[in-house]
Amino acid sequence: MSVNKPIYGVMAEFDNPTSLVTAARTAREQGYRKLDAYTPFPIEELSDALHLHKNILPFLVLCGGICGGLTGFLLQYYITVFNFPINIAGRPLNSWPAYIIITFELTILFASITSVLGLMALCGFPMPYHPTFNVSRFSSASRDRFFLCIEASDPLYDHEKVSAFLGTFEPTEVSDVAH
Amino acid sequence: MPDERHVIETPRSAIISPGYTFETVTDKIASVVLTQKRPPVFWLACFGVGFTLLMLLLLAMVLLFAKGVGLWGIRTPVMWGFAITNFVWWIGIGHAGTLISAILLLLNQRWRNSINRFAEAMTLFAVACAGMFPILHLGRPWLAYWLFPYPNTMGVQPQFRSPLVWDVFAVSTYGTVSLLFWYVGLMPDLATLRDRAGNRFGKYIYGILSMGWRGSARHWSIYETATLLLAGLATPLVLSVHTVVSFDFTIAILPGWHSTFFPPYFVAGAIYSGFAMVLALAIPLRAVYGMQGLITARHLDNCGKVMLATGLIVAYAYIMETFTAWYSSNVYESAAIWHRMAGPYAVSYWSLLTCNIVAPQFLWFKRVRSSPVLLFISSIVVLIGMWLERYVIIVSSLAQDFLTSSWGEFHATRWDWATFIGTIGMFMFLFFLFIRLLPMISIFEVRTLLPQAKIEEEEVRG
Repeated sequence: MSVNKPIYGVMAEFDNPTSLVTAARTAREQGYRKLDAYTPFPIEELSDALHLHKNILPFLVLCGGICGGLTGFLLQYYITVFNFPINIAGRPLNSWPAYIIITFELTILFASITSVLGLMALCGFPMPYHPTFNVSRFSSASRDRFFLCIEASDPLYDHEKVSAFLGTFEPTEVSDVAH
Repeated sequence: MPDERHVIETPRSAIISPGYTFETVTDKIASVVLTQKRPPVFWLACFGVGFTLLMLLLLAMVLLFAKGVGLWGIRTPVMWGFAITNFVWWIGIGHAGTLISAILLLLNQRWRNSINRFAEAMTLFAVACAGMFPILHLGRPWLAYWLFPYPNTMGVQPQFRSPLVWDVFAVSTYGTVSLLFWYVGLMPDLATLRDRAGNRFGKYIYGILSMGWRGSARHWSIYETATLLLAGLATPLVLSVHTVVSFDFTIAILPGWHSTFFPPYFVAGAIYSGFAMVLALAIPLRAVYGMQGLITARHLDNCGKVMLATGLIVAYAYIMETFTAWYSSNVYESAAIWHRMAGPYAVSYWSLLTCNIVAPQFLWFKRVRSSPVLLFISSIVVLIGMWLERYVIIVSSLAQDFLTSSWGEFHATRWDWATFIGTIGMFMFLFFLFIRLLPMISIFEVRTLLPQAKIEEEEVRG
């Protein structure tokens, strides 16, 4: 393995989720921070091991929902009071109980769109290229294999040490990830 | 401790049949899409029937556009007829998909994992069918965009105090959110298809659609949050949609419509017909594609139970409807119910009672719920019953209201039937296209159900 070529990191392949969680937890305890695991389904324990519980998506969705609600109400208020007022037997123009439904629907609509766009933004999607796909066996990460990658950008990264460290967890394979 | 674990894992808790692994589950579901072989005869037949009926729908629509809504049987006073009946029926069917994907997710009902994908697809296509009817019914469907508020030179705006405008917002929001939820759920499975596709074209298309999903733990963590949030948003939404649909009726003052119990009655009816449609689709599919190990007897049993429960709510609503008409001492209300029972629509009324109240009582028996054939028959009966229910509510109340002088009768024309059957064709066409092109069962969610997916915590901690 040549050290001259820039590499993205070192990746270990496991054939069961338990080994992956053990490896990820130990790597995190050893001080590695730039690491990621790749699994065919979400694993709660893995998020614990990698300390992945906080994200700002709920906050974004709250903001989206509030925007939607305000849009819905103000749209109707503006149209029925200023833009197109209809006086029916002197009834109030700002008939807010009738606005509830559309305000509610737009709240849900904006919040849902925010949660999908937020998911895309936080994950960096759409992402046409990622170095992990250079590992030929990586395609089984969407089928039945579990991968842990310690990235070269980690301050503690040392190619030999990291490869040896990942080798201690009895992975099926340890490979370098080309950049 | 191993003994104790053995006791906990009784066969009852197995949602999918034992013996599956991550590989076999993935290959089993993905092979339906990725196979190079000819699709089964069942698929070809259903797709062919769907396509033919879709052509019938297009013909009916072209004639409708050319000649106007007089082509249908709608005459004063019954101006809603089939179009609105079909709208309410289709949108109700959609509700079960959202219920399975959102409400059962929040309630942590893990058995939903193997039926949520096609149930969501069902929702999407049912909403597409439903959404067409009010637009076709407009008279000038090409001006449908007038339903939305936008700055225009005519200086007019939609009436926001009308439930019909609420409907526009409710249904379009529902369609959009269902599509988003479905797509988000598909992303990891699209990545699986991308990695498994044999040809370049497949890799390319599924690759673009999966957006570069790679199963990263960071992404999964955000993904799970997003799914929960979408489920939390879709839950009140699905309950609101049929509530708003029922407002189309309750806010009018017609006898038989003007009633406060319509919202819960409509929502229960929607879920009732929706679960019937889920069963009507799941039972043939699992037999044809050999998915009995993934969509097990337990799923059918649970769907049968939901149908029974919602059927009982609907039965209660019918009883209350009749009771209120009598107890209110309102002559118009009692006349409306009397017309339904003994008037020109009596046959429809009594058939709907038989289909919706009497027939589902067989679901009390475990033997009926564990027989796919009987369940399939009862789901078709319920679907017919629910269609008749909407028909009777809409048509009988409009036909005979307060003034005897303005009474009339509704007679469906052949183009009414062609449009209705045509949308069934469109639904089948879209649904079977989906079966062929996308995984009908959520692969990654089924993986989480496997015993191998469990993390051995003692080993980790020790």
